[in-house]
Amino acid sequence: MSYIPHTPFETEQMLAEIGVGSIDDLFDAVPAAYRFPRLELPPPMSEMEVASAMLAISEANDHAGDYAIFRGAGAYHHFIPSVVNHILLRGEFYTAYTPYQPEVSQGTLQATYEYQSMMCALTGMDAANASHYDGATSLAEAVTVALEITRHKRRKIILSHAIHPQYREVVRTYHQGRDIRIIGDRGRGDVIDLVEMLDENTAMLAIQYPNFFGQIDNIAALADAVHEVGALLVIVANPMALSLFRSPGELGADIVVGEGQPMGVPLSYGGPYLGYFAIRQKYVRKIAGRIIGETLDADGKRAFVMTLRPREQDIKRERATSNICTNQGLMALSASVYMALMGKNGLRRVGELNYHKAHYAADRINQLGGYAVDASKTFFNEFVVSCPRPVAEINQALLLQGIIGGYDLGQNYFHLEDHMLVCVTETNSKDEIDRLVEVLGGLS
Amino acid sequence: MGEWKVPAELRYAETDEWFAVDGDVVTIGITDYAQDQLNDIVYVEFRDPGDSIDAGDSFGEVESVKAASELYSAVDGEIIEVNAALEDSPEIVNADPFGAGWMVKIRAEDLSALQALMDAAAYDAYCDSR
Amino acid sequence: MDGLQPLIYDIGAPGRIGVNLPEPDVPEAELPTELLRDDLPLPEVGELQVVRHFVKLSQLNFSIDKGFYPLGSCTMKYNPKVNEDAARLPGFAQLHPLIEEAGAQGALHLMYQLQRWLGEISGFEAVSLTPAAGAQGEFAGILMIRNYHLDRGEGQRDIILVPNSAHGTNPATVTMAGMRVRELPSNDQGNVDLDSLRAACQGELRDQIAGMMITVPSTLGLFESTIHDVIDIVHEAGGLMYMDGANMNALMAVVKPGELDFDVMHYNLHKTFSTPHGGGGPGSGAVGVNDKLKDYLPGPVVDIIEGEDDSGAPLYGYVMPEKSIGRIKAFQGNFGMHLRAFAYIRVYGDTGIRDVTRYAVLNANYLRAKLMKTYKLPYPRYCGHEFVLEGHFDDVEEVHALDISKRLMDYGFHPPTNYFPLIVPEALLIEPTETEVKEDLDAFVEAMESIAEEARTQPELLLNAPHTAPVRRLDEVRAVKELILCCAPALPAAGD
Repeated sequence: MSYIPHTPFETEQMLAEIGVGSIDDLFDAVPAAYRFPRLELPPPMSEMEVASAMLAISEANDHAGDYAIFRGAGAYHHFIPSVVNHILLRGEFYTAYTPYQPEVSQGTLQATYEYQSMMCALTGMDAANASHYDGATSLAEAVTVALEITRHKRRKIILSHAIHPQYREVVRTYHQGRDIRIIGDRGRGDVIDLVEMLDENTAMLAIQYPNFFGQIDNIAALADAVHEVGALLVIVANPMALSLFRSPGELGADIVVGEGQPMGVPLSYGGPYLGYFAIRQKYVRKIAGRIIGETLDADGKRAFVMTLRPREQDIKRERATSNICTNQGLMALSASVYMALMGKNGLRRVGELNYHKAHYAADRINQLGGYAVDASKTFFNEFVVSCPRPVAEINQALLLQGIIGGYDLGQNYFHLEDHMLVCVTETNSKDEIDRLVEVLGGLS
Repeated sequence: MGEWKVPAELRYAETDEWFAVDGDVVTIGITDYAQDQLNDIVYVEFRDPGDSIDAGDSFGEVESVKAASELYSAVDGEIIEVNAALEDSPEIVNADPFGAGWMVKIRAEDLSALQALMDAAAYDAYCDSR
Repeated sequence: MDGLQPLIYDIGAPGRIGVNLPEPDVPEAELPTELLRDDLPLPEVGELQVVRHFVKLSQLNFSIDKGFYPLGSCTMKYNPKVNEDAARLPGFAQLHPLIEEAGAQGALHLMYQLQRWLGEISGFEAVSLTPAAGAQGEFAGILMIRNYHLDRGEGQRDIILVPNSAHGTNPATVTMAGMRVRELPSNDQGNVDLDSLRAACQGELRDQIAGMMITVPSTLGLFESTIHDVIDIVHEAGGLMYMDGANMNALMAVVKPGELDFDVMHYNLHKTFSTPHGGGGPGSGAVGVNDKLKDYLPGPVVDIIEGEDDSGAPLYGYVMPEKSIGRIKAFQGNFGMHLRAFAYIRVYGDTGIRDVTRYAVLNANYLRAKLMKTYKLPYPRYCGHEFVLEGHFDDVEEVHALDISKRLMDYGFHPPTNYFPLIVPEALLIEPTETEVKEDLDAFVEAMESIAEEARTQPELLLNAPHTAPVRRLDEVRAVKELILCCAPALPAAGD
């Protein structure tokens, strides 16, 4: 019976203790007409069979283990040191649950506290929660927080069109029941155009850093403009880029959110990932999700505990601002281990590798006839290339050469038809890049 | 009498706020019973002065480690002052709920709603019954 | 103020690094100096230091792999190791979410099958796997109910009924969706009080009822014997029925919620379908609906785009349901959890899946029958996969459920869920799951019996517990007052 350990003899003993003749008698309260339906499922499998079935299914996918990959657009193929997976596979971490009982959960609690600390260091903020589901839902939660901080007296949310299209969709899904207006992302406006939209009714303005096109916008004066009208500046940041570029805190952000996947979490076809959420200390009581704080135990020993609990759904119920309960704890652990391993010295180097390789690839592609790289702004590890043919066609040709090409921007932006968003990370060797350039050159 | 202080001159709501009247200004706080039930109060938050409020609306919130309670006004009016000292030292509410632990002052449009609230004897009995 | 294990920032040395990185194999580009940060205040530790640090931290945790974890409503069952291996296969772990559909046919096939199997298990027409956790599934479900009414010109229906025994996520979800909660009392049987329900659905609010959320079996672990009446009353008022599927471990192949006439439910893949809880997540939600709501599902969902080709395989692809509430998460859900749930269902198959529920319910009733001799059992009936005890004794007033819980740690067990459901005073919600052996259940019973004895003879043993855990009870007031939420590096920067 698979993972059920009972012997028939034990089952009999247990039934006798309960005082029933059979297990099925325990289900009397279920209406008889509906009790014990037959299920149309495949027959059972042994562990051996299931392992080979899973292998067969996995091999029917085009993955970064078999292909050179130049696709990012919100999910990135980075190097993950072996240590990360080995720590993750410790049953003490992955088979525990929410640290409701802190005395026997100090491992999870301290690791999460360290995650919060390292996220604060990276983003330049004062406090971080233990995670949201992903970058998109983190942004959606930031909207709630901005509305709360401005006490629901403001109804305008400004989003840059250069925020990940799916994140903007998720924000709209989350807030469809509210009387608010979400504007700014329908056109092609630059940051300067967003500033024009600011007024006393604006709760927040959000931009992405680097933006969806991989570029660093000029946001030096943005925070002042946003704060002048009493609104909040939310920055959606790729944590890997923060290894090099100025922290959002330094740029005046009030809330920093984003996708933590680049730091030690595999692609996994889109999840589980990690939505990080960091904020200024003065607003910390307004945020949703778990927060770990330092305290002392009865012997005066330093220890950690979930704090600011009354914000959460299990206590505040219908008055809670979010229903989040289970978060992405294990992925926060991945990010913790990753950030600790890379540290101050390694993460910067990984960032530089990304930067150098992406710029090498961009330079070479830009030299090809028919292709042009958008070099109007500084970029990190992704850049936009206008192509001589439809992107889908190019990607099909690349695939035949063992290469997963860039993201087709025409899917989301009318004005970027035949534009490809190319991502190059530290995992892409010069050989791979040269091969990409060669195949692209043959398609001009 | 229960083990909680219940000053005779105040009016009391079932949600454990007390109300003191001075002209058309009503001062509101939470009772000794309420602070005792909440235990260590670690946070308070109020709506902004200048906000208008209807009877039955929440004017703020008080939190302990394991609980959060909304605070309700029994009168219509405008919030004219909040006790800012509590934001830094919420424990004052535990120490002196009827004095330094007051929470907001509201300029009431009509005081008659207070008549429907409990007097000290009724509130004392109400606390005992819980 | 030393702790058990130094903080990662308190170990290491300037210039140290925990990973071996390559030199650039391309010409270096010029860095945009004016845009760069000056400092990156992360730790500076070596690889072995990192390993030891996290291994030592792990050893401070209680976990399913270490011992019995009867945390009610969380279904802490064994997480099969083979599923972890499967999740790490390169074809899954290194698959980009924005790959062309043709390049992800394995993953899409898996998701399509999982959608169908989950639909079959619960009797629903269609399933979306996108929600990232149970709470997100709830949110999706309530938004679907909201939009269903809006489309029918009944936007005034904005009240969701929620029993007072509900998980906190239920009322919080309703508020998040911009709707209103109306709480319903429970009767002395632990069921929803039908008179109150009728009053709500047949009174002046009738036209405002959007639906009801209910957990089956209830959060008390009891199968709602009047569930049919509840569903009928809400449907008659024009509302839809949402089932919180947190307790699905008590229902598999026992009853299909869809056949009971529920309109929508969420699944917790990390509870019922064995995907690991991860120290707080990831979860995975999935949401199933009947015909009324299938066009409203959060997208994308997987469907067959083209029939079978020459090789006999259909082409799978993504579809956005016609009136979808929209995208609720980037990409397509927590795929890593989908594949584990898929493998889990595959192992039990058609003839085995009912055993999961049968033995989960057997284990719970066995514990109930044994423990009711020592502890107060507020609802003396057969339970589902969990049951609630009152964690206090009339003759020892100072001992509370929390003290019993803390003392259990000294006996090597994880405590049950404390103080939930809210309607039972001093609640201890106990859920053993089907994967526990009888001897461990017996050991738990013995521990609970000893604790009951200690409560009378040496109550301080409970009041000061735990005694053998890594730390003693924590000062939670201090945590809130000091509000230390992150630590800064203690090391001097290199070169200082």
